[in-house]
Amino acid sequence: MEDEVIKKFLYVNRKAPYGTIYALESLEVVLIGAAFDQDVSLAFIDDGVYQLKKDQKTSVDSGAGMKNFSKTYLALGDYDVNKIYVDKASLDERGLTADDLMELVYEDEDDDYKEKSSISIVNQEEIAQLMEQQDVVLSF
Amino acid sequence: MATIEVNGKAVELDEEGYLTELKDWSKEAAAILAGQDDIELSDSHWEVIKFLRDYYDEYQIAPAVRVLTKAIGKKLGKDKGNSKYLYELFPYGPAKQACRFAGLPKPTGCI
Repeated sequence: MEDEVIKKFLYVNRKAPYGTIYALESLEVVLIGAAFDQDVSLAFIDDGVYQLKKDQKTSVDSGAGMKNFSKTYLALGDYDVNKIYVDKASLDERGLTADDLMELVYEDEDDDYKEKSSISIVNQEEIAQLMEQQDVVLSF
Repeated sequence: MATIEVNGKAVELDEEGYLTELKDWSKEAAAILAGQDDIELSDSHWEVIKFLRDYYDEYQIAPAVRVLTKAIGKKLGKDKGNSKYLYELFPYGPAKQACRFAGLPKPTGCI
């Protein structure tokens, strides 16, 4: 399929996982879009960094009262979505580090299916560059 | 709303024939759902159904067919991780039909 056009898509996630439907909707769009073999990246900025937080508790007692869909992010590697950028300043402002995030990995087909991390911690300048390179930026 | 009777108990289905409640699933329910498509479940079917249920348990989603094929190949062997094998078992689509028998929602991204 030589004449197939591959576009660069960036999904920007800025909202906390629960309380609104944005995070879940974004994740579903990403999974659906993954079927179309496009070049997909995800960015997590502001409260969006909480979407990748480990050990989310979402019971009614904990206050969230929504289905805990956080484990679904772990499937992104299976869907060949393995470019995940997390804004360092947003982590810092919330007292989080890379260790507080789920370990999202993928298997690198070009490197003997070695398991590699999908997450890159980036600064704002790098995010700006990333946005600059895209054909499509979708904000959630 | 359509229902099926499983062990004397009515179980609810959505408009496309998927169980509305995950917890309603049982082996008997799977066999009845398969019967609706004229399929008798063999060990090979059960293997895929179990795989899907485990996948859902781990990731909270039903995998797209491409992901399913790859993951089955990895877990159950290359001879099973191809669309020919899976379509022979589930002629209406390995993800769509097998998820129905497995009591899962329709796969995300499946139209």
